[in-house]
Amino acid sequence: MKKYSSVSVAITFLALALFQLSCSNDDEPTVESGSMLVHFDNMVGNEDLVLNSGNYINVAGEDFTVTRLNYYVSNIRLTKADGSSFTVPKDSSYFLIREGNVPSQTVRINDIPVGNYTGIEYVIGVDSLKSIDEPENRKGILDIYTGPTNEETMYWNWNPGYIFLKFEGKSEVSTTANGKYEYHIGGFGGRTEKTLNNIKTVKLSFGNQTAAVSTTTSPQVYIKADILKIFGGPTQLSIAKNPGVMFMPFSANIAANYANMFSVKEVQAN
Amino acid sequence: MKNVFKFLVMLAWLALVAFSCGKETENPKPEPEPTGPKSVQFKKPSYFPEPVYDLSKNPLTEEGIELGRFLFYDGILSRTDKIGCGTCHQQQAAFTHHGHDLSHGVDDLIGTRNSPSVQNMAWSTSFFWDGGVHAMDEVPPVPIQNEVEMGERTGNVIDKLKKTPVAGAAKQVDYPKMFKAAFGTEEITADKMMKALSQFMMTMVSATSRYDYYLQGDASALNAQEKEGLSVFKQKCSSCHATELFTDHSFRNNGLPPNRINDQGRYAITLNENDRLKFKVPSLRNIGLTAPYMHDGRFNTLEEVLNHYANDNVKSSIHESVTLDPLLKTGAKPGIQLNAAEKQSIIAFLRTLNDQQFISDKRFSDPGVGTSF
Repeated sequence: MKKYSSVSVAITFLALALFQLSCSNDDEPTVESGSMLVHFDNMVGNEDLVLNSGNYINVAGEDFTVTRLNYYVSNIRLTKADGSSFTVPKDSSYFLIREGNVPSQTVRINDIPVGNYTGIEYVIGVDSLKSIDEPENRKGILDIYTGPTNEETMYWNWNPGYIFLKFEGKSEVSTTANGKYEYHIGGFGGRTEKTLNNIKTVKLSFGNQTAAVSTTTSPQVYIKADILKIFGGPTQLSIAKNPGVMFMPFSANIAANYANMFSVKEVQAN
Repeated sequence: MKNVFKFLVMLAWLALVAFSCGKETENPKPEPEPTGPKSVQFKKPSYFPEPVYDLSKNPLTEEGIELGRFLFYDGILSRTDKIGCGTCHQQQAAFTHHGHDLSHGVDDLIGTRNSPSVQNMAWSTSFFWDGGVHAMDEVPPVPIQNEVEMGERTGNVIDKLKKTPVAGAAKQVDYPKMFKAAFGTEEITADKMMKALSQFMMTMVSATSRYDYYLQGDASALNAQEKEGLSVFKQKCSSCHATELFTDHSFRNNGLPPNRINDQGRYAITLNENDRLKFKVPSLRNIGLTAPYMHDGRFNTLEEVLNHYANDNVKSSIHESVTLDPLLKTGAKPGIQLNAAEKQSIIAFLRTLNDQQFISDKRFSDPGVGTSF
């Protein structure tokens, strides 16, 4: 009897130890980590973009103002000179940059393993897996019903999918009744059958600069987004010819243009 | 004995540890209340296939269905607080907008397509004429956010629902209370709103027409002409209007000339050239009640519909394009060969799909919050 009981006690302890093991946080950092701030600075050539009141000329020589510029940045990866990289965990790797909302233009990445990073990669838009996830798993800036705000919703509900980049404004040359141009670019490749895929990955090098992440220093990376490149790249975009581009084949040209609008302006040590 | 006691204490401790390990994100159980939502069993007609909608993620309850019924009819879903789902999906017309080729939404704005019937949604593999939406829970935001239908933002609807009951409203509806009854919490979210609407739509099953009685063994439910019509229908129409749901859920180009807005149908969703001018094959249940017909309501009568398919006028009614359905290209001339008697018998048969019980069932009726015109 006594012997049996002590075996039971031992088994119980073993089981208990196992339970506690399973209870422990798997995400406990085993290596030292730090954070990084990535700033997105939307510009028109070398000028700062000013919503509504700024008047600009595009590559086709057309005047334009900008009333809205929103785009998703997701699936961020930080790369090192030796070819290794740190991929930001998926659940904290979706951001919506909004020109009308200053805090949204700074992306904070936490829990980065300490080290010297020499480049950054990210997707402009939302990947296909997230695009078809259950609505319950897509909240905050990904909320399919309410969007980041009711006015700035970035989702097509009639043909479900995110608008990766929304770029709107006015132009004298626009042929629409209200003088607006509207570019809503999306398309994750299709749920039930293959269709338009405008998911673009941006790969940027910090050049001769390094972002040194340590437990005490959080480097800041300044990325310039030059919206003139939306109009001029592989395909010149004319507001007069295409005042409205949404879910249609031509949108692939605009996505190919804006894929090249980002460049690294500066890396600050802290 | 002492050791046995020790063992039991250990076990209790173990149970506690295991308990504390439980995921915190699991749905909190509603506070213990004398009564919770009353569960409802989904009943499938024996000759229907298995439903497509996954009820395990949204089990039916009396309170959930009732909440869905209120939401379905309440104009609060629209920008003007006047247009509910039930405005364009009226019960007496088998949940279509009777007499409207294109639906009227907020501020009398006019849409681009004919309001389809809300019936047997449980079996739909896709929704809308172009099949853009694949899940019933994601259907309501489309008309809500369409500028010419309800013209509202889903987020605003949620805000308005939270503020009910509204003083001075013709019919006092307390949505926080109804959400609590249905989901155990007063918190109103879009996910819960869509689930309640889906629960209501799941119950909208039409399977009590005369044809259904015939299927169930009552040979006298159809007369001779109707039986003849059924037989012609099976030969000439049922490859697309297949199964007892009368649709194969596919998208096809049935030869309608493109309309004034050059609506390309399914193409707008897939951008596939092979999908140009293709639209969903609609169910024909209650077809006698849902005039006008086609995606833009261009035909007022079933006679006009069959004349289109028969293509027996001097001037061809069928628009020939590369995506025209192969089933309409089997003869010397595009269309389906039908003589006058066959047309009449098919129409007689189609009218046996009218489901009077479905369109008068109080469970699906406006609880007094709707607007219809």
